Amino acid sequence: MSDDQLLEVIERYLNGEMKPDERKKFELLRKEDAEVDGKVVEHKLFISLLKQYGERVEMESRLNAIHDEIDVHTLKENLMIHPMWIVQMWRNHHSKISVAASVAIFTVLSVLLFTGKLTNSDNPNIIELKNKVERLDRSNTNLSRSINAIKSDKSVKGKPVVDKSTFTGTGFAITADGLIATNYHVVDGANAVSVQNAQGDSYKAEVLYAEPQHDIAILKIVDKTFEGLDAVPYTFKRAEGNIAEQISTYGYPDGYPAYSPGSLSSLVGQNGDSVHYKVTIPINPGNSGGPLWDSKGNIIGITDAKQSQAEGEHFAIKSRYLLNAIKNIPADSLDKKVILNKKNTLAGLSEAQKTEKTKNFVFMVKVYN
Amino acid sequence: MNKQLKDSTPTDSEVILGILNNSESALRKLYTAYFPMVLQLIINNSGDEDDAKDIYQEAIIVLYNKVKAGDFELSSKLKTYIYSVCRRLWLKRLSQLNRYGGDIRDFQEFLPIEEEEVDQHSDRDIQFNKMESALRLLGEPCKTIMEDFYIHNKSMQDICERFGYTNADNAKTQKYKCLQRLKKLFFQQK
Repeated sequence: MSDDQLLEVIERYLNGEMKPDERKKFELLRKEDAEVDGKVVEHKLFISLLKQYGERVEMESRLNAIHDEIDVHTLKENLMIHPMWIVQMWRNHHSKISVAASVAIFTVLSVLLFTGKLTNSDNPNIIELKNKVERLDRSNTNLSRSINAIKSDKSVKGKPVVDKSTFTGTGFAITADGLIATNYHVVDGANAVSVQNAQGDSYKAEVLYAEPQHDIAILKIVDKTFEGLDAVPYTFKRAEGNIAEQISTYGYPDGYPAYSPGSLSSLVGQNGDSVHYKVTIPINPGNSGGPLWDSKGNIIGITDAKQSQAEGEHFAIKSRYLLNAIKNIPADSLDKKVILNKKNTLAGLSEAQKTEKTKNFVFMVKVYN
Repeated sequence: MNKQLKDSTPTDSEVILGILNNSESALRKLYTAYFPMVLQLIINNSGDEDDAKDIYQEAIIVLYNKVKAGDFELSSKLKTYIYSVCRRLWLKRLSQLNRYGGDIRDFQEFLPIEEEEVDQHSDRDIQFNKMESALRLLGEPCKTIMEDFYIHNKSMQDICERFGYTNADNAKTQKYKCLQRLKKLFFQQK
């Protein structure tokens, strides 16, 4: 059978033009001869592709006919997104615009330069204004200072006026977990209190307990960053000190730490008041609330610089009243019972060594109101 | 005016039925309804009107073949489908031309069109291109005989008369010879 003849047979077979017995014979041949079978499959696919191709060509010509009826040009004009006129203008004329802008900038700058507007002729005015503001500020401060003076004059009748405009005092640790003793008058009327240690770190604190009648306040450090102190090196002496005993204090008289030695000059304060000692020690208002040590390093009082009268003569609250105040702190405002240090580790040390060991336990109390 | 507008945009089911019935008017309506949308897409994304024509016709053919094959399921508006197919085809064309900047300006909502849906179509395009050049190489009268018989379904009798063959057997022999050559030309191409 030639190829042409085979093709004809295949075509007749695929078109269903064979008689049943002829068809059976051909199907048998297809099964036996793989080459014939391959040709049948190939022919079927090829003819179907040819037909599809014909359909595609026809389809394309139909689509092209329809397409030719559409006015593509007008449509295109309408659908093209034209950039905004300003963008278009820039695209078309940007070199000219650049030159024009440069010329304009140059002109403005040279005019400013020649008329002296560009030089700093405004500065004297500014300085003058600043001075004026400073002057105003100063007079304002003076005013508030005199108002304060009048206020304290009223409240502390007949007593010397202490300049309260410095809102710092001193305080010292009672316990390692952040209880601090100071004067009540240091924190009186404060909106916020913080304490600053010898390293300059500030911690937020609050007034835990106060005894205004003895001018004692107990603060507590409430700052999250506060990690506690080492063991307190000094002890608190309940018994009274001795006249003429060498004493010392450490504090922040004007915002800077200072050590001051002195002596205990009287066991009674003004007019026989038994709450205070009279001390001869050079201290300033900033020392208020500081610790008063005896020569062995026991706390015997709280320096109270407020009631100064004669030069170098000051008062200190006896430590007994501090111990009483500590005892009087309501239990519900404490996390745990206050246990005071009983072991003095300062005895026998020189003043310099003592100060070195205690300086971390004395704080600058800063008051904001 | 309203009626005209309604006339110019056929309903989706009208289009599908039209395709199944081979309706010329449905094809015309479909074509004119959505061409502007595709033109807008192409010309505003670094193409010209001829690109738009190619892409749009390709998409129409994809739609036609799918509908005819019975595996077309309209899961969105026909408009969205056509736009999505055109978008996919155009993105492919742009990346082939290395003109794709990674960004395309869209004008319609669109569906994700799977790669294979478009690929299948281009596979067939390759076959058609081969067939076209095989037919061209085949020359006359074979080309016309093949087209008349296999594509236009003309009878051997018609072909005999057209080419002046004296008997049908001669014409038949000629036809098979032509077919053999066409197959050879087709399969020879790479």
